[in-house]
Amino acid sequence: MKLREIATVLNATISCGTERLDEEIEMGYSSDLMSDVLTLDTDNLVLITGLVNLQAIRTAEMADIRAIVFVRNKKVNQSMIKLAHETGMCILESPYSLFKSSGLLFQAGLKPVY
Amino acid sequence: MNYLYPRLDLEFETRNLKLFFSIQGGDFTKAGLLSSEVKKVLKQLNIENKTIKSVVIALYEAEVNVVAHAYRGTVDVEIDENKITILVSDEGPGIPDVELAMKPGYSTASTSVREMGFGAGMGLPNIKKNTDEMWIETVVGRGTRVKMLNYF
Repeated sequence: MKLREIATVLNATISCGTERLDEEIEMGYSSDLMSDVLTLDTDNLVLITGLVNLQAIRTAEMADIRAIVFVRNKKVNQSMIKLAHETGMCILESPYSLFKSSGLLFQAGLKPVY
Repeated sequence: MNYLYPRLDLEFETRNLKLFFSIQGGDFTKAGLLSSEVKKVLKQLNIENKTIKSVVIALYEAEVNVVAHAYRGTVDVEIDENKITILVSDEGPGIPDVELAMKPGYSTASTSVREMGFGAGMGLPNIKKNTDEMWIETVVGRGTRVKMLNYF
């Protein structure tokens, strides 16, 4: 699934990484717990989370995850945008809940990690 | 941390590279900064992506541990031809029961650490998973040293 389609399905705004919207993403992983994200062995995935802080972006960077959807209408701040730019992260913001976002993406064909 | 780059160029030929960082306990805004720097260096050295990911995840977990539990810490990184060795030393409370701390799910992290998305009791087990060798030395009331080794 392209990042562009993910943004459309989730009615999301793109706050960073507009140049990467045609990239294909194979899987999705929903978690507010970064400890769990760091245990994943796969990396071609989008992280869907309601945890809006710098560590969510740092975690994605370390785990070679290149796109994050922040759900529940949470807004990223300037220092997060700056870090996202530096790390080449694509950042989407969706007004939907974590459950609804995950459900819609699953229905649209995004695969689970496990 | 701009000083990293001239140093890197200088020692590129021998491919024996030493890096040193310090960590401030409790400062979550900077957690991950040094792991990110090490990641950039390993990419410049053309290390395999899978290995880089393991190294930086282990280092990031260790960095978060220092920020979450200790007062301050230092990180010594040594890269040579076939391996990377990282020593993370902190001044902090130490670990009373290492075996228990290595158990997935066991955590003593505070509520504020959990609110940052950590403190699930996965840090030390995940360091073990992502390294080829790992040692812990700890003295209660003094601090902890975690040594990590990955082969390329």
